[in-house]
Amino acid sequence: MTDISVRQALNEAMAEEMRRDDDVFLMGEEVGEYDGAYKVTQGLLSEFGPRRVIDTPITEAGFAGVGVGAAFMGLKPIVEFMTFNFALQAMDHLVNSAAKTRYMSGGRVTCPIVFRGPNGSAARVAAQHSQDFSSWFAQVPGLKVVAPYSASDAKGLLKAAIRDPDPVIFLENELLYGKTFELEEENTDPEAIGVAKVLHPGSDASIISFSRGVEWSLEAANTLDQSGTSCEVIDLRSLRPLDMKTIIKSVKKTNRLLVVDEGWPSMSIAAEIAFQVQNEAFDYLDAPIMRVTSKDVPLPYAANLEGMAIPSVDKIISAIESMQ
Amino acid sequence: MATKNPLPKDTQNSAGLIAGNDDLVKYYRQMLLIRRFEERVGQLYGMGLIGGFLHLYVGQEAVVVGVENAITRQDPMITSYRCHGHMLARGEKIERVLSELAGKILGSSKGKGGSMHMFSPENGFYGGHGIVGAQVPIGTGIALSLKYRSLSNICFTFLGDGAANQGQVYESYNMAALWNLPIVYVIENNQYGMGTSTARATAQTEFFRHGEGLGIPGIKCDGMNVLAVRDSALEAASFVRAGNGPMIVEMNTYRYRGHSISDPAKYRPKEEVKEVREKRDPITQLEQVISEKGILKMENLKEIDQKIRSDVQNAAESAQQAEQPSPSELYTDVYAARASTDD
Repeated sequence: MTDISVRQALNEAMAEEMRRDDDVFLMGEEVGEYDGAYKVTQGLLSEFGPRRVIDTPITEAGFAGVGVGAAFMGLKPIVEFMTFNFALQAMDHLVNSAAKTRYMSGGRVTCPIVFRGPNGSAARVAAQHSQDFSSWFAQVPGLKVVAPYSASDAKGLLKAAIRDPDPVIFLENELLYGKTFELEEENTDPEAIGVAKVLHPGSDASIISFSRGVEWSLEAANTLDQSGTSCEVIDLRSLRPLDMKTIIKSVKKTNRLLVVDEGWPSMSIAAEIAFQVQNEAFDYLDAPIMRVTSKDVPLPYAANLEGMAIPSVDKIISAIESMQ
Repeated sequence: MATKNPLPKDTQNSAGLIAGNDDLVKYYRQMLLIRRFEERVGQLYGMGLIGGFLHLYVGQEAVVVGVENAITRQDPMITSYRCHGHMLARGEKIERVLSELAGKILGSSKGKGGSMHMFSPENGFYGGHGIVGAQVPIGTGIALSLKYRSLSNICFTFLGDGAANQGQVYESYNMAALWNLPIVYVIENNQYGMGTSTARATAQTEFFRHGEGLGIPGIKCDGMNVLAVRDSALEAASFVRAGNGPMIVEMNTYRYRGHSISDPAKYRPKEEVKEVREKRDPITQLEQVISEKGILKMENLKEIDQKIRSDVQNAAESAQQAEQPSPSELYTDVYAARASTDD
């Protein structure tokens, strides 16, 4: 077992897939000569050259559409958004061009593409550069949405996403890039997308989360262990498809559910999970389903207000305690 | 930057190429097929066989037929929602295009796409895109794939005068020029973006000049003259195939019908439409050339017309009789292999 950062895991995933398949290429802002705005693509230009590592102008709508066109022709583009905040400029190509063409062509034209980059709140960059779009993408049929927490999943699931025959939105988190994990055995089977993972077994409550929310949830569960409350922490890893089986199984065991979702509360991933759980496991619930999400405001700049707005370990602990 | 307006009745084109008699008859057939197809489709819409939005290509036939005859099927094409003519020109069966319009399983997309979303990748046609301008970066990406694979083919990306004002079009021009991509942007200037004339929507109405600041050469062509179109496409293809990067070709054309079937086109005088139909109609012009040169007599041309009408009628009957997609088709083609996540 070796320790590896999420950043390095993502970098290795791309490099290994590019070595394996000449149809895989990378494009985006600063991915080449600059070595990546967050250094995730470091060294790829020097290994693969400018044919396969393409620095783009700062024109997200344009280069997202270029990626889609290349994918229609059977190439497997990895399109990096410097952050998903800038993907809003390209939303039409993600939703209308990438997600729907297989369906609208009756299966005749397909779009094997990965759009990846950091999503969710960063540190002190305020409202336009700090927000979680998971539920936006997870709502769209035709897209797959992956949001890993650990380095192993970052690597395995990015490789699976690159090999997947459909468009995948791959949501990373800037604040996890530097975090290191033990590298476990990889799973590069595209079917791995859509399978959640129990990271911390427990019996008193289920905490469901994804991406950076898993970090807070695990810390909260460890603290709660000491006070005698046993929480089962599940990392969704993928938001579409959503592994409801694993969630339901856990709820049937613990009878209590908390969803930790960094997105805004309304119309959120948490809201969808709560609906599905009450629909499928209503009689197993001993308490109302709770959620810890970001507050329903644009993310403020001031340090104290920023801290108030996003989920935290303390908020998770309070929520669990209120359910017992 | 050259403006080209070859004489309409001269079969010796500006590049010095002479269209053979067989070619002239072929272009005639292809344009007439699109004309008769679209006319019939308009009627079927009125009868309720076709639903939704419907954008007809009547009047613009010379553009896609001229381009199609300058290239091969290995040169991909992509366009907007006004795509029936492109499907037919690329060789998709009439029956499949008509069945798609009728929302039947026989359709080119199994009835799931409809009028604006048609594809024929086996024939090098990549849609059929419903969002104004979206096909332009996609076409640019198709060109990128051709260069990536070291192929000598070119992507012909069609857009209208309305789409030409989109920001993503400028973004595409920039990347195509920057990366020297094998692409020809064909601007079908039919004078109106929905109900707004080019003069009311565009500060520079000479669309072939829109790439000037990026060093992309452009030419303007009489888009109502199929030979002029073919020659411009040949010239552009030759320039691009030589590795010079992108080129813009503006086709000066006209649509006889409204923007879509529900548009009565009150924003333009009826006389304007009448004048174009009488003086510049692409099919009438070519008919006169064929007849005056003695290639075919008027009665032979009438026979061709009858045959086409009958083919379209047969396709319409097949479409009417075809089954709707089965309910199970609701969930297919959302993803590969694995079914939709829906329950």
